Amino acid sequence: MKLTVNGDTHDIDVDEDMPLLWALRDELNITGPKYGCGIAMCGACTVHIDGLAVRSCSVRAGDVEGEVTTIEGLGSPDAMHAVQEAWNENQVAQCGYCQPGQIMAAASLLTLNPEPTDEIIDQAMSANLCRCGTYPRIRAAVKSAAAKLGGA
Amino acid sequence: MGAVKTIARRTFLIGSAAVAGGAAFGAYKISQPFDNPLEANLENGEFALGDYILIDESGVTIITPKGEMGQGVQTTWAAMVAEELDISWEDVKIDHGPASKAYYNEAVLEEGLPISSLENSGAAKFMRKNIVPIVAKAMTMVTTGGSSSTADGYVKMRAAGATAREALKLAAAKQLGVKASTLKTHGGHVIASDGTKLSYGSLAENSAKVKLPKNIKLKPRSEWRLLGTSLPRLDMKEKVTGTAMFAPDIRLPGMKFATVKTNPHLGGKMNGYDAFKAEKVKGVEKIVPMDNGVIVIANNTWTAFKAADLISFDWAKSDYPDQMEEHYAVVNAAFDKDFDSRQLDNGNVEQAFSDADEIIEGEYRVPYLAHACMEPVNATALLKDGRLDLWAGNQAATDQQTIAMSLTGLTAENVHIHTQYMGGGFGRKSEVDFSEYAVRAAKALEGTPVHVMWSREEDMTHDFYRPIAMGRFKASAKGGKPYAFDMKVACPSIMDSGAKRGGPSIPGSDMTNAMTIWDQPYGIPNYRTSAYRTDPLLPIGAWRSVGGTQNAFFQESMIDELAHHAGLDPLEMRLDLMNNDVCKKVLESVAEMSGWGRKLPEDHAMGCAFALAFGVPTAEVVEIKQTADGIKIINAWATVDVGIPLDPRNIEAQVFGGLNYGLAAAMMGEISVEDGKIVQTNFHDYDSLRMYQAPNVEVKILDNGEHIRGIGEPGTPPAAPALGNAIFALTGQRLRELPFNKFVAFA
Repeated sequence: MKLTVNGDTHDIDVDEDMPLLWALRDELNITGPKYGCGIAMCGACTVHIDGLAVRSCSVRAGDVEGEVTTIEGLGSPDAMHAVQEAWNENQVAQCGYCQPGQIMAAASLLTLNPEPTDEIIDQAMSANLCRCGTYPRIRAAVKSAAAKLGGA
Repeated sequence: MGAVKTIARRTFLIGSAAVAGGAAFGAYKISQPFDNPLEANLENGEFALGDYILIDESGVTIITPKGEMGQGVQTTWAAMVAEELDISWEDVKIDHGPASKAYYNEAVLEEGLPISSLENSGAAKFMRKNIVPIVAKAMTMVTTGGSSSTADGYVKMRAAGATAREALKLAAAKQLGVKASTLKTHGGHVIASDGTKLSYGSLAENSAKVKLPKNIKLKPRSEWRLLGTSLPRLDMKEKVTGTAMFAPDIRLPGMKFATVKTNPHLGGKMNGYDAFKAEKVKGVEKIVPMDNGVIVIANNTWTAFKAADLISFDWAKSDYPDQMEEHYAVVNAAFDKDFDSRQLDNGNVEQAFSDADEIIEGEYRVPYLAHACMEPVNATALLKDGRLDLWAGNQAATDQQTIAMSLTGLTAENVHIHTQYMGGGFGRKSEVDFSEYAVRAAKALEGTPVHVMWSREEDMTHDFYRPIAMGRFKASAKGGKPYAFDMKVACPSIMDSGAKRGGPSIPGSDMTNAMTIWDQPYGIPNYRTSAYRTDPLLPIGAWRSVGGTQNAFFQESMIDELAHHAGLDPLEMRLDLMNNDVCKKVLESVAEMSGWGRKLPEDHAMGCAFALAFGVPTAEVVEIKQTADGIKIINAWATVDVGIPLDPRNIEAQVFGGLNYGLAAAMMGEISVEDGKIVQTNFHDYDSLRMYQAPNVEVKILDNGEHIRGIGEPGTPPAAPALGNAIFALTGQRLRELPFNKFVAFA
């Protein structure tokens, strides 16, 4: 099976039913997307397929046709994406486990809606749980990321 | 297992047995220093300057042996060292370091003292200064918990930095042939009076030859350049780019992936199992039976999960009651027994009630709660050539080492604990079960690294839960003022539950049961608090703020009931009752910030609560609104006093994070038992606060307190009562049971 992740195409021999999350983590050693629930309830595994957020724990690897982007492909410590920069500037993360998923969800939201209202931010980001309760700073970071992207 | 420290890992025993324990260990043994834990593992060209600083040509690495679970402890501990060591924040490098008793926690036991954190008498100071450190060292609790890290590190980490700085100056003085007193330090360099600059890295080898100076002086607070400011967290860039390493992210050559399936009747044994179908699944390597379940080892996690679900089991039952109401019945019955502790008995409540015109009373209760860290518990282990390596996010590194030693028979030198970032801890990762299964898996597949990831379902149904608890109160007012307040709480003992899974049974009161009920600053003339203790029910453990989670809900709801009964404003009444200025200023601050008393729209209401937990006076106000879809929490305000705030932005994060954790539990948190098994299995039936429900929060930090305090937990206790009191103000309905969503809808 072929999977294109962060610009690289990989040929892997896995069961088509294997969730994309585990193909990424255990077969390709791409560990940015996290396992949190396995039933698309927490969003820690959020990645993009063709730029749109999906819960990789609940997508069959065999069903993936587009290009997969994970947090590693969004930006790197030396070249962060605007959303990551906003997260860094707002010092959002506490434990950090959910944040790759939060950031991927926010990046997808801002692609679809470059100027989201508070209500839309709340709705779009509510699929991602954060047990540390970093929500006030996520809200602020989404807004500052929107401003950065709008200004670019 | 079996040592005092195992049971005492996060319990608080000084009130009784632990003081005796300290004496039994004796001052002689206690005064012996531990070996430097860094010496055994130095790389070529690397030297240790004390227990907390490594130095080589490239500069210094600060050892921050505290579990990072999101509270920012490694950043603040590094800042304490960097402040004195005079290195630039951009140059700070850190490492968790090895599991070592040398890194024991000096502060965590303080919460267990039978003296109020507000008490500053000579006896109280003597206990804190002399008894706590001796017991702490005797127990060598290498733990991250109890909101203790900041206080634990405050002197010793700054001293570590200052000592290393002076050693570097001595080395430079020798090299330059000048007196050390003529040298200064700045930005990772020693600077001579003629302007010569020597980098710390260039002095590495010579500094290690210097005898570490004693009696060093710490900088006064007025000269701080890092501490007291908001620093960028050292882990932030990693955490926003997916490069932070949590234990499940470790990848080793030839690594296998595993999961566990253990008896849903907690503590029960496995009578038998049938793995015929599971063994046939392609990719399954080995199924390892244990007393209480199996480990399934496969070539990827998904295969392990899938195969584990195909195994049929014959489970033995556990020894607690099968149904939830029976659990409450056990707790309820505890009120008829003798109290476990009665820390407060001012005036004469019985007499006061017999004189009272009217008495109000009520009964409260709260359910079990899961920690539900975003990262399910897990660990990775490799047993090879008489050496065990264990990678785990954990709050108690030496406890992980102890369990690994007992399972492998290896000595401490051959058991290497690599503490990773935790994807949430909240007390859950002070346990050792996740390490136990990883070590068992590694033993079954010697020479091969095995990662054991629990499914969310396994994690949720095999927690060490926040105990169920009940509270009862009786109160009366006289002359429009609170006159008598009698409060009783009952719950199973965290200490007993800990003893059941390894440690010895320790006599004496369990002070965690009584946390936050007796040392509150309310000067009610007749005031009594009693804590009752039941036999163990479900396995329970420390859950962010421990006894404070349930007790503050009971107390602050009851105080609110008393205010309404007396016809008083609940916040004003608390202010009038307060006999401590530090606490009073905290409550005044939150009143001002929230605009308490201002005219609100008709469909809005506010509730307030105060709690003194872990020595931090914390006041919170919650504003809610009735909407067509239910109650919406709009705003929350919190004021805390931590004595000496070291990193305001991080403190703010801990306070609103703790508040949100408390709100989630109050609104919807419930773990229940049916047929002896946990009902809730995943986030669909144990949901948490989500973005659309999270209030806007404002936090204020005060510094009037005499002692420096930690802030990981204090934000949590007032959240539930502040919300409940707001709901009463809005609806007139007094909710005496959690979670609130059993009674009202939330939008």
